[in-house]
Amino acid sequence: MIEVKNLSKAFSGKVVLDNVSCNLYKGKMNLIIGTSGSGKSVFMKCMIGLIQPEKGQIFFDGKDLLEMNKDDKKELRKNIGMLFQGSALFDSMTVEDNIKFPLDMFTNHTLKEKKNIVNGVLDRVNIDGANKKFPSEISGGMQKRVALARAIVLKPKFLFVDEPNSGLDPKTSLVIDKLIMELTREYEITTVVNTHDMNTVLESGDNILYLDYGKKGWEGTKEEIIFNDNARLNDFIFASDFLRAAKEKRMKELS
Amino acid sequence: MIKGFLTHFGRYILMLKQMFRRPESGRVYYKEFFHQCNEIGIGSLWIVIIISLFLGAVTTVQTAYQLVSPLVGLELIATIIRDSTFLELSPTVTCIVLAGVIGSKISSELGNMRVSEQIDALEIMGINTHTFLILPKILASIFVIPCLIVLSMFLSVLGGYLAGTWSGILNPTQFEMGLLLDFVPFNLFFGLIKAFVFAFIITSVSAYFGYYVKGGALEIGRSSTKAVVVSCIIILLADYGLAALLL
Ligand SMILES: Nc1ncnc2c1ncn2[C@@H]1O[C@H](COP(=O)(O)OP(=O)(O)O)[C@@H](O)[C@H]1O
Ligand SMILES: [Mg+2]
Repeated sequence: MIEVKNLSKAFSGKVVLDNVSCNLYKGKMNLIIGTSGSGKSVFMKCMIGLIQPEKGQIFFDGKDLLEMNKDDKKELRKNIGMLFQGSALFDSMTVEDNIKFPLDMFTNHTLKEKKNIVNGVLDRVNIDGANKKFPSEISGGMQKRVALARAIVLKPKFLFVDEPNSGLDPKTSLVIDKLIMELTREYEITTVVNTHDMNTVLESGDNILYLDYGKKGWEGTKEEIIFNDNARLNDFIFASDFLRAAKEKRMKELS
Repeated sequence: MIKGFLTHFGRYILMLKQMFRRPESGRVYYKEFFHQCNEIGIGSLWIVIIISLFLGAVTTVQTAYQLVSPLVGLELIATIIRDSTFLELSPTVTCIVLAGVIGSKISSELGNMRVSEQIDALEIMGINTHTFLILPKILASIFVIPCLIVLSMFLSVLGGYLAGTWSGILNPTQFEMGLLLDFVPFNLFFGLIKAFVFAFIITSVSAYFGYYVKGGALEIGRSSTKAVVVSCIIILLADYGLAALLL
């Protein structure tokens, strides 16, 4: 579980995060939603320590990231997996070597054990026969899955995912979302996902945080979000006329 | 301008300082070192061979053209080739070319890793990216580039020998005599010191420009141009500095 308390961050005077607090739970899909430029990526980068916030606390299972020394941080990092927006696979390495890399760096397994683990996670993300290919030789959806395999190969307790669906078609998006959700439940991972994809929100939002240009705008579950009474959030989720009409119809049916 | 220079310089020094941390896994770094030796050495072998042969050949022909006095023996041409290649041509000219070949490669490789978040991905895994991405490159180049320079010295003299004897400027015996005339081993050593220093400059400067790229593909291109230009200028400054200091 991750507890964020009063997190604030500004870039040369421009406030990007303004006193954000939230809880992110174990074994749940914790979604951070908001329009482009609302600060989702910055929020995530603060949580994993790539950006230093001005103010606030970030507790990973009770330990404040911002107070940790180098060794504690190193230990924590081994428990964090991240799936980047552009996959961020190492393009000088094959698919197999990409996934093997964290094992090479941080474990003492034999080559055979490592190969088995790699094939296990590749199997888990439904990739077959791409071991020797380079990232540039496989499709965007496959790259995402390989990156996901790399993120989970050390069995992390925390998984961060930045815009899993950007650049993917709706069908592939659903496959990725489903995979992330299954892995979250299976390994009891505290998963944090940045998204502005409503499919993802309604499909997998166990715990949703709406960022409204750096401020916490709303918090709740996927069941609650449909009937929320926050005008700006409604504008954001029911952006199209079609969805707005669908919501009104459903509201009428219920009342 | 001065502030900009100091910011860059400070960040560059910090980068070098952060590079010296204990590697997470000796085995992976060891492999990476040899991989880089291969990339840097084999990758620029042909250009070094071609440049060196021609440097020697051209120096021979031009020296012969300038040496018209009957008072000096023709063997002096070989002496001049030996000293100018050992002292200046092989280390400096070759390293200027290597700054273009290796420098742009390193800087665009790291720039691409930065822009596509591969460096962030390494950071998240808990890897010290300065150590992992930069140290093996620097160590490999200060090992491989001096070897290339020694090869270049040999080939330049060979180029001079071939050009000199084929075009009938001087005969092989004269060339050999001139080559051994007043040989100062320190000159060879001095050339190697230069090679070490220049190798360090090329790799660290271009790694710096690549590592700290911000933006996209356009900035990667710009920073690799900057890496080459700045490496060349610093090489020339260091060249002058070393000559003033050690000769
Ligand atoms: N390193 C940075 N320096 C300055 N401004 C930044 C930086 N990173 C992000 N920003 C700004 O912060 C705001 C939020 O960005 P971001 O978190 O990427 O939004 P998104 O919700 O789309 O992920 C944007 O206005 C962006 O310009
Ligand atoms: Mg973003």
